[in-house]
Amino acid sequence: MKTNVKKIAKDGLLSSNPTLKLVLGTCPTLALTTMAFNGIGMGLAVTFVLICSNVIISLLRKVIPDKVRIPAFVLIIATFVTIVRLALDYAMPELYESLGLYLPLIVVNCIILARAESFASKNGIFASACDGLFTGLGFTAALTLMGAFREILGSGKIFGFKLWNFSIDFFGSSAGAFFTYALFIAAFNALSNAVAKKKRAAEYKAAFAAELISDCCAEARPVECAACGDVKEGVKKAANGADKKASDGEKTETEIK
Amino acid sequence: MAQFIMIVVSAVFINNFVVVQFLGICPFLGVSKDCKSAFGMGLAVTFVMTLTCLITYPIYTYVLVPLKIEFMEIIVFIFIIAAIVQMIEMALKRFSPTLYNAMGIYLPLITTNCAVLGVAELVIDTSQIASLIGIAAGSMNIGYAVLYGLFAGVGFTVAIVIMSGMREKIARLNIAKSLKGFPIAMITACFIAMAFYVFALI
Repeated sequence: MKTNVKKIAKDGLLSSNPTLKLVLGTCPTLALTTMAFNGIGMGLAVTFVLICSNVIISLLRKVIPDKVRIPAFVLIIATFVTIVRLALDYAMPELYESLGLYLPLIVVNCIILARAESFASKNGIFASACDGLFTGLGFTAALTLMGAFREILGSGKIFGFKLWNFSIDFFGSSAGAFFTYALFIAAFNALSNAVAKKKRAAEYKAAFAAELISDCCAEARPVECAACGDVKEGVKKAANGADKKASDGEKTETEIK
Repeated sequence: MAQFIMIVVSAVFINNFVVVQFLGICPFLGVSKDCKSAFGMGLAVTFVMTLTCLITYPIYTYVLVPLKIEFMEIIVFIFIIAAIVQMIEMALKRFSPTLYNAMGIYLPLITTNCAVLGVAELVIDTSQIASLIGIAAGSMNIGYAVLYGLFAGVGFTVAIVIMSGMREKIARLNIAKSLKGFPIAMITACFIAMAFYVFALI
């Protein structure tokens, strides 16, 4: 079986991004995005655990009995989390300190168990490793972006370097964490809706060109004729869609301020 | 008595598990669509958290530390929690089928609730827990651990019930398409967090 790396990469990073699309693993996302560096640290720790647990689970997928698979997965994940914890404590004590309680909590991070259950227990070793890598990178990217956003607005810094003296304390607080996360999911939804709309419009346009659905406008089929009208509208909307959604996002932000 | 009040205020309000420490966000967002199930989930979590503290704290202090295998804590704790949840499920099924039916679906979910593992990890971190509930660093004991577990669970229940009440109202409103679902729930949580932020200023 040939592994479709490109599709796995697209799924993990964009179309089923664990943080922004599936909204899994929310606890570390909210707690550790006060600084961009924490986001990277947490993201990479999770990525490491994901790759290792995916590979081991994929290796053992024919050995583990179906009934005890969840405890077996948890045991494998807990082992790798312990390894990461000990390694970080030794190599980067500062990061270990700032991740604190959330490092052992990687065990109960839904992303890892979800990938084990839905991907690694059904696919080969290489595919599972790729899936772990890209899902982890999708998580890391989302955490780092949110961390940078909150760090810039909340303390006027980026990766610890001072940018300016302006800061809004709200974004550093716990309420700001929820607000930033909501904003990011909403922006991601708006973008993916706009892209999907554009794609659909292009498909319809192609269909029009081929005169595949032009005959539906005959008097005999009024229902489908209405669909035609929709289609034309859809093309128009898609063009405006992107700008409209972007301004929507800004509006909510300014309202709250 | 002053110590008791301090633990209650700290665990329920100042360091609320959900909106201040971000533990147990998954059920907080997932099971908060109506008040009744939110309350059931809150009770189940409170019960499991109390029991977990009662068991993991002595096991860590009297077994793992003397044997010098503290690094095994994650693996040991997650299995203890899974076993507790499993046993509660069996006991409920046997002795109280009505209660089992009421919170049956939420019970298995509790194993992977970070609030439960979080409280187990928090009460063994002696210096941090001592500063949270305002006691001398060396005087942590099992009584404080169980009390903290209980009231952290109460804090979780308070937060999830408030959240479900607000979401019941919000469900009737007409909101933008891209804000539907999780984003609007997060914004609701944002306002609850602001309300709890006031307690931190005391």
